[in-house]
Amino acid sequence: MIPADLRYTKEHEWVRVEGDAATVGITDHAADQLGDIVFVELPAVGTVLRQFATFGVVESVKAVSDLFAPVGGEVLEANAALGATPEVVNSDPYGGGWMLRLRLADPRQLDGLLDAAAYEALVAEG
Amino acid sequence: MTEEPRSTPLEERHETLGARMVDFAGWRMPIQYAGIIEEHRAVRERAGLFDLCHMGELFVEGPEAGAALAHAVTTDPRALAVGRAQYSMICAPDGGILDDLIVYRLADDRFLVVANASNAAVVSDALAERIDGRRAVLDDRSLATALVAIQGPAARQILAPLAGLDLDAIHYYGIAEGSVAGIPALVARTGYTGEDGFEVFVEAGAATALWDALAAAGAGAGLVPVGLGARDTLRLEAGMPLYGNELNRSTTPFEAGLGRVVKLAKDGGFVGRDALAKAADAGPRKLLVGLAVRGRGIARHGHPVFAGGRATGAVTSGTMSPTLGIPIAMAYVAPGDAPPGTMLDVEIREARVAAEVVPLPFYARPR
Repeated sequence: MIPADLRYTKEHEWVRVEGDAATVGITDHAADQLGDIVFVELPAVGTVLRQFATFGVVESVKAVSDLFAPVGGEVLEANAALGATPEVVNSDPYGGGWMLRLRLADPRQLDGLLDAAAYEALVAEG
Repeated sequence: MTEEPRSTPLEERHETLGARMVDFAGWRMPIQYAGIIEEHRAVRERAGLFDLCHMGELFVEGPEAGAALAHAVTTDPRALAVGRAQYSMICAPDGGILDDLIVYRLADDRFLVVANASNAAVVSDALAERIDGRRAVLDDRSLATALVAIQGPAARQILAPLAGLDLDAIHYYGIAEGSVAGIPALVARTGYTGEDGFEVFVEAGAATALWDALAAAGAGAGLVPVGLGARDTLRLEAGMPLYGNELNRSTTPFEAGLGRVVKLAKDGGFVGRDALAKAADAGPRKLLVGLAVRGRGIARHGHPVFAGGRATGAVTSGTMSPTLGIPIAMAYVAPGDAPPGTMLDVEIREARVAAEVVPLPFYARPR
């Protein structure tokens, strides 16, 4: 359910690091709690984000929720497909529902994130 | 509102169905089961089952019940035929809206007033005060009464085999006494979804039996339970106001586009009449409009609305319309900015997003 190879924020974002590229999205738990996602607002390519800064919003039918950057860095790509099909965040949160690719500013920032076991414990607490 | 929320008689059913529960107007209510969009579509295409036990049911009875109600609310319930209903409002002496209501005439001398859960106590107190001194009594049966709605194009065919009365004899905004699944019931052809459908009132103790019978009867026809989330998107598409959003104490019925329910000329006057007559003469300070968002973003309750650079009002309700696939909203704006076709801007997170004034409702069912 919770991929073991990712790192997580307490606000339910995930990050996957490959070299100096970081891919960011929200977790299955977050998507499920929000309900049917109908809108995602993402930053422009070239925006430089600090770790834990808000980088956009995700909206379900009922609720609006801020998105927080698990790591800092320059935005290399935002998932344009979510403009037309935001529901992919619900159906495939760790795959097609990705939101940003960042150039990882500082790998040490990963130490400030939760691993899968710690994130699973956080979700279990409710 | 620090008291523990009340549970409806159907709470166990909601838990079994895996509903997500929220506190709403002092009640613990299901906000969604399978998901808001899926439930919304089920009601538009097939049928949905709603627990509305939180609503207020106020019976007014006596030889002067009609006259007493005519004094209390903005419409004239004396004009209703037995078995008919009217949408109505109860206003403060200053003309502000205390609640919107449906008034049903059950007999010559017996009426049912259905109030919003959030205002049930306010309406009950106001009715008690306003009928005082007339030959009528108020019986607040809100907690003793269960209300379950079945709404959608398949509602009639699902309900018909269970109904101990002729559903086709109940027209839109009609009500009849009879039974459903052998349970004594009041069956009304009213709702809050923009679809054909029925609202079934029974004693609270029979709520689960009624729910189970309807759920079983509808299973083959695609009936699904529907929570407050989809109830809100359904009513918004249908252009129906929600108290606390479009209606409140600082808004008059005229501003809400509901001047038709204010019978200024009725015999005997009514509470709020003089203030409302003045408001009618002065003209509205603001008008309720529908907005179709043309830019990127979803307008939400409280977002400011601009006409050019000028502040003109605020959004009262907004969502992504599951039926239309575009963001829709209702908003109060200056009367000059209210004609359909007017281009306005909604401020969404500091960005101005284009929105067009469109006629209400956003959605009308095919007939």
